[in-house]
Amino acid sequence: MLRIFHNTAFDFIKWWRTAAIATIAFIVLGLGSFAVTGGINYSIEFTGGTLQQLQFQQPPDVGRIRTTLDAAGIKGAEIQQYGGPTEFTVRAQDAAQVREQGANAASVGRRIEGALTQAFGANAFRVVRTEAVGPRVGAELRRGAIIAVLLGSLITLIYLAVRFEWRFGLAAVLATGHDIFVTLAFIKLMHLEVSLTIVAAILTLLGYSMNDTIIIFDRVREDLRQKRKEPLRATLNRAINETLPRSILTHATTLAATLALLFFAGEVIRPFAWVMAFGVIVATFSSVYVAGPLLLWIERKWPRRIDAAPSRPAARPRVEDEAVVAR
Amino acid sequence: MSNLKYRFLLIAALLAASVWALFPRTVVERVKRNGVFVTDTVRRVPLKRGLDLQGGMHLTLEVDEAKGAVQNKGEALDRAIRVVRNRIDELGVAEPIVQKVGDDRIIVELPGVDDPERAQAVVERAAFLEFQITDESQALERSFARLDPIAARILGRAPAAAALGAAAAPAGDTARTPGGLGGLLTTAKDSAARAGGDSAKAVGDTGRKLAADSPKADTAAIKPVQKGVFSSAVQQGGGVPGQYFVAEKDYARLATLLDSAEFQAAMPPGKVLRWGVDTVTLGGNLYRTLYVLDSRPIMTGERLQDAKPQTDPTEGNLVQFSLDREGGRRFRSETAKHIGDFMAVVLDERVITAPRIQSAIGSSGQITLGGGTLQDAQDLAIVLRAGALPVPLKVSETREIGASLGQDSIQKGITAMAIAVLLIVVIMVGYYKFSGFLAVAALTLNLVFTLAILAGFNATLTLPGLAGLVLTLGIAVDANVLIFERIREELDRGKQVRLAVDEGFRHAMSAIVDTSVATILSGAVLYQYGTGPVRGFAVTLVAGIAASLFAAIFVTRTFFLLWLQRSPRTQTALSI
Repeated sequence: MLRIFHNTAFDFIKWWRTAAIATIAFIVLGLGSFAVTGGINYSIEFTGGTLQQLQFQQPPDVGRIRTTLDAAGIKGAEIQQYGGPTEFTVRAQDAAQVREQGANAASVGRRIEGALTQAFGANAFRVVRTEAVGPRVGAELRRGAIIAVLLGSLITLIYLAVRFEWRFGLAAVLATGHDIFVTLAFIKLMHLEVSLTIVAAILTLLGYSMNDTIIIFDRVREDLRQKRKEPLRATLNRAINETLPRSILTHATTLAATLALLFFAGEVIRPFAWVMAFGVIVATFSSVYVAGPLLLWIERKWPRRIDAAPSRPAARPRVEDEAVVAR
Repeated sequence: MSNLKYRFLLIAALLAASVWALFPRTVVERVKRNGVFVTDTVRRVPLKRGLDLQGGMHLTLEVDEAKGAVQNKGEALDRAIRVVRNRIDELGVAEPIVQKVGDDRIIVELPGVDDPERAQAVVERAAFLEFQITDESQALERSFARLDPIAARILGRAPAAAALGAAAAPAGDTARTPGGLGGLLTTAKDSAARAGGDSAKAVGDTGRKLAADSPKADTAAIKPVQKGVFSSAVQQGGGVPGQYFVAEKDYARLATLLDSAEFQAAMPPGKVLRWGVDTVTLGGNLYRTLYVLDSRPIMTGERLQDAKPQTDPTEGNLVQFSLDREGGRRFRSETAKHIGDFMAVVLDERVITAPRIQSAIGSSGQITLGGGTLQDAQDLAIVLRAGALPVPLKVSETREIGASLGQDSIQKGITAMAIAVLLIVVIMVGYYKFSGFLAVAALTLNLVFTLAILAGFNATLTLPGLAGLVLTLGIAVDANVLIFERIREELDRGKQVRLAVDEGFRHAMSAIVDTSVATILSGAVLYQYGTGPVRGFAVTLVAGIAASLFAAIFVTRTFFLLWLQRSPRTQTALSI
């Protein structure tokens, strides 16, 4: 058999201080960049505004686009290259434009198209995509997204608390909180556009990180049932080492799928793929170096009775296990 | 042995059901042939594609309360939905969707529509048709003394407040240029008015190019009536009583004035002021027409039974309408009372035309459009036939995606999936050898089952959904990895092969169930709070995880059982 990291006995938890410093530094860096480069790059779905994706025959002069739009009264539009040199997006997200869209969401988009047609001619470009969101819809989507993330985390955590003992559940809760902050820092540092698709990616990331933590805790639960006379820290290290091959393999396949999306699925999916790729790293890291140490700390503050095994509903009689142990 | 047979039967049955669900089938739908929409049968795979994969337009409409609050929004929206649906049916879109969302919005989706601007105009048009007699009593002149001081006061107020007032102009007017009285209102689609002369055929300015057929205006008769703020801007026109002309440069100011509630309250009782849709060139200057009409209409569009576009050799493009019996009767008696008067045809509070009533008009008549195109006549006929909107609607969100972009997205998604599958196969088979091959086979079934679930529930596949599918492939393998790693451990502990396999499946079960349920829960939350494309992602994720649960636990196990039974070598060494 080909085996990776088989029968390792590495003391992972030893490095928890280094890991804590690293992750806190990352979060501070991400949140600190708010002061330097401004707020989160919300998509128009959340702020309201208009987005138009244009395909030009020849690569256009961006400055000319900007002056044309300024002259038409659309100030402060964000013009970005989108993929190749002939594809551009124009984003009008200013408060004035959003207000104008309160009466008719499509009005700003038509004005942009009209102004550019006048300046460049109708054959020089094509509008391949327009998205226009009025102010009310934008605010509602924003609220819904936040609720989705909070509710999603809450529901999964309730499920965990039911399936595992509360100490495990709490450690997983806090690890998920850490994941949210670290992902936000990543999104901010990469200046990714926060759209509904990114929210979906964040939720998926949280779920994936939770999966990883569950795998380790499931193994801890099982190892504890062996009633070895060792401290929890040793059991935790053992569980991490035992599940290492599985983690490596699963992360490898998920990363393969994510990299395929990142490089081949086009511009619209790219931010989603970035978040998922980062998610694979976060999942491993937070399961070992956040959930683990937190579990130890919780155990220290509220210790279990030594002879009580963690509860597990509907356990089947483990006859074969005892046969193996007795051998 | 029999256990194995039943397991295979179940898998085969499910596979057959999935293939059947996905098999290209004849679907009755509307297809464009030679530029015309016909109902026809088409063979295609029954997977619905979202707008971002096939191109089209998405509109979210809300009740427009700019002109006054609306009671009972929910009920009014239900009626509005019926009207909108009728209009869209006539537009000829393959599979339109018109739905109420919550209590105060309508969603309209038009896949594959190739003129989104026209579609939006047809959908959001109020289409409120009225027939009103023009004023014969010189009521406006008699009120000038009262109206002028009010006008002076209103127009003398802060410019910003007056200019940025509620959008009172009916559909078709673009945003006013803010800040400043006397700003000229120009619309992007203003067509040049033909030079005045004997035939005062003017061309419209609302972008729909509806024109009016005003009778010959006597250019010599254009003169300002009086010297007041309001009265100096209004000039009496030619032969139509109740028709006035306003210089183009004064239009914006006067439009704001006419919108103010105070001015409207001061109007002579029983009369209303309505703008015409046309601009006229007289004596070298541009003018807009303004009409004084009886506020009580002698007929409204409610009684309209049918409307047909037509091209007449002498009159150009027009819409022929017919009223129902009751409407026809009433129309006849009303027009009989007003023979010789001028009747304004008012659509959405704009006067299209004001012909003279020669004789009593019965149940059928026509609205001439002058210089309008045949498509204008068709669109007007569509909205008149479907009926007026019970409440004014405004667009609060639109999304238009070109068909080429949709096609591009599909191709990219499929490429990404192919590469992901290739990489996963290499990893799994390389690491787990023959067991890995079995896992990949189960993964293929997983994909087929997921697509079948989507087709069966008539779910829509979107671009994020496609990404979710690729992701699910990567995550679904996790279940198999858990099982295989566990089997390896059991073999390490010295168990027999058969026992190790059983143990592997059993112990991994709890972890697999926990992780799958956790993912499905977050998918459900995402479905609840997401819109369109994100919902597609949530559905694909949940479908994929559900299918992978079955594939990993049941299908892989079955393959293993068969393999263990058939291959004697596995008694001693498992290829894992």
